[in-house]
Amino acid sequence: MLIKQLSVFLENKKGRFTEIASILGAANINMTAFTVAENSDFGILRMIVSDPEKARSVLKENRYAVNVTDVVCVECPNQPGSLAKIMSVITGADIFIEYMYAFSTGEKALVILRPNDLTKTLTVLQDNQVGLVKACDLLKH
Amino acid sequence: MIWNETMECMSRDKMRQVQSERLKKTVERVYHNCEPYRKRMQEQGVSPADIRTLDDIVKLPFTSKKDLRDFYPFGLLSSPMSEIVRLQASSGTTGKPIVVGYTRNDLAIWGEVGARCFTAYGLGKQDVVQVSYGYGLFTGGLGAHCAVETIGGTVIPMSSGNTEKQIMLMHDFGAVGLACTPSYALYLADAMKDSGYSREEFKLKIGAFGAEPWTEGMRKELEEKLGIKAYDIYGLTEIIGPGVGHECAFQNGTHLHEDHFFPEIVNPETGEPMAPGEYGELVFSTITKDGMPLLRFRTRDLTRLIYEPCECGRTTVRMDRILGRCDDMLIIRGVNVFPSQVESVICELPELEPHYFINVDRINNLDTFEVLVEVKEEFYTDEVSKLLDLRKRIVHRLQSVIGLSPDVKLVEPRSIERSQGKAKRVNDKRKFK
Repeated sequence: MLIKQLSVFLENKKGRFTEIASILGAANINMTAFTVAENSDFGILRMIVSDPEKARSVLKENRYAVNVTDVVCVECPNQPGSLAKIMSVITGADIFIEYMYAFSTGEKALVILRPNDLTKTLTVLQDNQVGLVKACDLLKH
Repeated sequence: MIWNETMECMSRDKMRQVQSERLKKTVERVYHNCEPYRKRMQEQGVSPADIRTLDDIVKLPFTSKKDLRDFYPFGLLSSPMSEIVRLQASSGTTGKPIVVGYTRNDLAIWGEVGARCFTAYGLGKQDVVQVSYGYGLFTGGLGAHCAVETIGGTVIPMSSGNTEKQIMLMHDFGAVGLACTPSYALYLADAMKDSGYSREEFKLKIGAFGAEPWTEGMRKELEEKLGIKAYDIYGLTEIIGPGVGHECAFQNGTHLHEDHFFPEIVNPETGEPMAPGEYGELVFSTITKDGMPLLRFRTRDLTRLIYEPCECGRTTVRMDRILGRCDDMLIIRGVNVFPSQVESVICELPELEPHYFINVDRINNLDTFEVLVEVKEEFYTDEVSKLLDLRKRIVHRLQSVIGLSPDVKLVEPRSIERSQGKAKRVNDKRKFK
């Protein structure tokens, strides 16, 4: 149920993201979701891609610092209040979210979470019947 | 052990007397035998009669590396060629090398000061010493060779290179001492490991390393890898070669053989003498050499002198760690900054690669000071806060070492240029007119 997310260290320089997108494109790797955490002089690009292992190796060949992190992806109805429900389950279990990002497609919304305790998060979410998305299913969205 | 107790443990007063006498003789010698010195002294209105005590040394002209090039090859000799028995030269990075001529007496002095060094390291006549400095024009090989012969030890004149044979002979001949550059010693350490011999089969105990700058970190690495005690041997071709100074068992500075090479510390910009114990540019006058004595030779090295007697019993003045070269010093917001200080901080942090780049600029009349560093791949994390914490720690360390707080920028892996030779690590964009 865990999903492999790639994190790439980027200097705040013109053209860095363009280059990454081209490298992945040339390797025929698709990006499903991404977000950038940034500050004044560097950023961390976090992304979910179709082939994390391959993406990691092509980026490494191009001398990028790449990290693979496990994250959780939950699915909820694209409706007011549905995210709040899931979040109260997580907060209720005393889990802290380091970061999250989301995207919605039509009926559904997908939320990617990086909690401080992955195992506990999976357990409480499953116990509360929150829809978890598998890596293979994510690619179909 | 002390090779020459009379000279190495002499009282400070007595030493000054000896130095005064020797300086006077040297000034006479260069004035009467070396035209460039005579001319320069006449221009400055100084004659040998004006030099009565050591304090008068400030009246004498300086000698620079450029002078040695300008009077290439033999212009600064104070002895006729018939008295010169040896020539050595340093590899000039640009153009002509720097040439030094030795008389028979100069070679004896070289042997004497070298013997003081190797005795201080704990080597003696019963010991086999492998000299793996290059032999030839470079002073390293023949300098160490002559030192070992003077103490009566047994020299293996290996020179550098041919690593397999180095290891075989070190093993078969039972070398106790190894004299070479610290970087070659590291290379030999790895070769020893791969040699198939176990460490116990070698007798190696002591390393005499020099001819290039090395850090405490490198000393530790050498001592661990080779299972020896590693000592620094200090020297400059212009002055004599290896043997100008040495560390003792307490390794608290480099003892200088000041009865032969008189050291001063001057302000690198004005040439004015600094107060005792203060940092500045190291200057040497050779006061016993005949072939090519040099007056007030400016080394461009920045350090300070320690006059307190050492725990080892020697009273000879000690030179502190060399901070860097004057030519490398940056003045940022009024603070003297040496790239070597930045380097020492970068190298001690395990998260960082040993590469850095310094950018200095002046924006709105304020100096900017930026240090680029690369994080080791395994330490790049997914979390911004951890990287920001790391950056904060780097700034803090640099601030405490330099006294100035730089902007530290974490950059992508391998984005700082690697170089094989002398790395360019600073870009000072300020324009001074």
